[in-house]
Amino acid sequence: MASAQTQLIEGLNALSGGLILLTAFGMVAMRQVQGVMRFFIVQSALLATSAFLIGFNRGSIHLIALGVITIGAKVIAIPLVLKWALSEDLYQRREIDQVINIPSSLLLVLLLAIAAEFLVSPLVSISNDPVVHVNLPISLALILIGAYSLIARREAIPQLVGILAMENGAFFAGVAIAQELPLIAELAIAIDVILIAVVIGVLTRDITRAIGTTRAATMSELREEPQQWR
Amino acid sequence: MALMVAVFIPLLAALLCWIRPFRAFAWVITVVCLAGSFAAAVVIAAHVLAAGSVVGIPGWFEADGLSALVILLVSFVCTLAAIFAGGYMHHGSQNEDRLWWFYCNFNLLVFALIVVPAFASPNLAWVGVELITLFGVLLVGFERTPAALEAAWKFSILTIMGAPISLLGFFTLYWAYHISGGGPLETWQGLHASAAVMSPNLLKFSFLLVFVGFGAKSGLAPMHTWLPDAHSQAPTPICAVLSGIKTTVPLYAILRLLSIVLASPEARIGRWMVVIGLFSVGIAAFLLLQVRDYKRMFAFSTVEHMGIILTAAGFATHAADYGAVAQMVNHTLTKSLCFYSAGIVLLALETRQISEVRGLFRIAPFAASALLFCSLAIAGAPPFPIFLSEFSILSAGLRSGHTAAVTILAILIVIAFIAIFLHVNRMLFGEPQQVETAPSAPLSCRVAIIIAALPVAVLGVYIPGPVHSLMMLAAQQLGGH
Repeated sequence: MASAQTQLIEGLNALSGGLILLTAFGMVAMRQVQGVMRFFIVQSALLATSAFLIGFNRGSIHLIALGVITIGAKVIAIPLVLKWALSEDLYQRREIDQVINIPSSLLLVLLLAIAAEFLVSPLVSISNDPVVHVNLPISLALILIGAYSLIARREAIPQLVGILAMENGAFFAGVAIAQELPLIAELAIAIDVILIAVVIGVLTRDITRAIGTTRAATMSELREEPQQWR
Repeated sequence: MALMVAVFIPLLAALLCWIRPFRAFAWVITVVCLAGSFAAAVVIAAHVLAAGSVVGIPGWFEADGLSALVILLVSFVCTLAAIFAGGYMHHGSQNEDRLWWFYCNFNLLVFALIVVPAFASPNLAWVGVELITLFGVLLVGFERTPAALEAAWKFSILTIMGAPISLLGFFTLYWAYHISGGGPLETWQGLHASAAVMSPNLLKFSFLLVFVGFGAKSGLAPMHTWLPDAHSQAPTPICAVLSGIKTTVPLYAILRLLSIVLASPEARIGRWMVVIGLFSVGIAAFLLLQVRDYKRMFAFSTVEHMGIILTAAGFATHAADYGAVAQMVNHTLTKSLCFYSAGIVLLALETRQISEVRGLFRIAPFAASALLFCSLAIAGAPPFPIFLSEFSILSAGLRSGHTAAVTILAILIVIAFIAIFLHVNRMLFGEPQQVETAPSAPLSCRVAIIIAALPVAVLGVYIPGPVHSLMMLAAQQLGGH
């Protein structure tokens, strides 16, 4: 029966949505650069799964292509690129110090996820598609969590992965609401994401060579100070 | 046809600069190609004036009044920046062997800047805006000094963070367009036509996200903190492009989307634009009072002008829209001139500190005259075009009943004017710390400054007919009434 299949797929999509949210929490909880990266890879794979499921259910070749692009770009290409651009030492470094300690961070992130649900609830009521009801709130939650980790993290690579996780969030909504987006746009967006990773990777390498640290917190040479009027 | 030429010549130039035998001639290739792109932009503008719009590939590359104007500005500013770079980048540079890489990247940046207004689809425009950021990051960090890398890092994190936020915004826009029964290809024109039937809540949500994402890129407060760093640490020709036009192009996309939201009867968003615009102007005006670095001074003035344009667009009348477009044109032309002048001051004295520059008129007369000219122009002194456009924005605001906003705006503009002149005055006059005159600026820099000064000098007293009609056409696209 078609409707039973649809229900199953919608259930699986909701499951992968929940797991994606969990990986976002995991990325906040991790101390190690490598651990953050692993959670990111799992999250991207889940995003691709969601795209495959919905694409299969609706017979949309675009979504299948989007899933393939996601796997190619975020599960394979970006981790490789970052490994190439960064030294082994940088990649395996532990002890990322944060502005706020991890338990409080997790609490804040949970609040952000709840806030996201409330923010989009007037919007999703427009549609009675259950996929939209799952994907849009989780998408906004991922974007807010990513933005939070950009503020809280003090190391370059976790900040970059935070941005990429925000990108995953935007795509998770795109899977539900922008299904007929022209393929060229999807391709261009995917290339863009890889470029972001390359540029920041190269930049981080340059910074390490010039300054000897990737602690973004130590970079505070450029700012305004009140001057003496003479 | 001209549209495709204007867009793809910079890409060709980037390719040529990358091929090894041509690397030695990278500067010549860049200047010639960008001049060709500018010529094509003039042809596009002429076509738009005659026919209303130009189509490259239907649904993909189209240009109307507003985009033709932006393309024209991009190609003009970038051509001059390329000419300026000839003298500036070769002047005692330690990066001589990497210069081909600089030009290659510069051409890619120009391509990204031109492609955004040329794209007919908002989603592709998003891709273009992201490309601008990426190539911009590489150029800001070009000199690889710790300060330049720090600036590049702040620039990349703050502006790339805007990417996923605005992407969600564009997805939502696409969704709103689809459930209101839009056609297969989403274009700015198509969105405009169906604005009235789209869900106002979705429109507002998507505008909010795009505004946050792209506002960070055009340096609107409070997301402006990367701007003075990047605009002061990048090589001067890049500063001119970043400050003059790179902030304008994301603002172009915001204004496009704003016009669609304003066309929806229930989404009242104009007054918020006025508030946010005024906030930017205010932040910039007070930070201008306490800058110590003259390149940062001009960067803060960019934040101020972005705020003024947004405020004018928020007034949402046709007269205010004309003011916004005129301010955009004048800002772009004048701000690039400012950075060229700052660049030759930097070449002559090798310091960015305002307090270390005294009696510039005795040390470097040409640089001093250029600095005086551009500061008068950018602060909005009477015979210059920025005075005209600011005045028309203020009067349009008064006529549409925004008395309080206009009063605040006028006060802030005056504060910014005073701040700029306090600093410039101390740099230009007084006893110089060194007695001997500084070496004069390279020829290509002086040529670029004189060409850039021409429109700034002329547009204040006389606006040629075609330019006026193009700006009128562009103002109509902003959808004020």
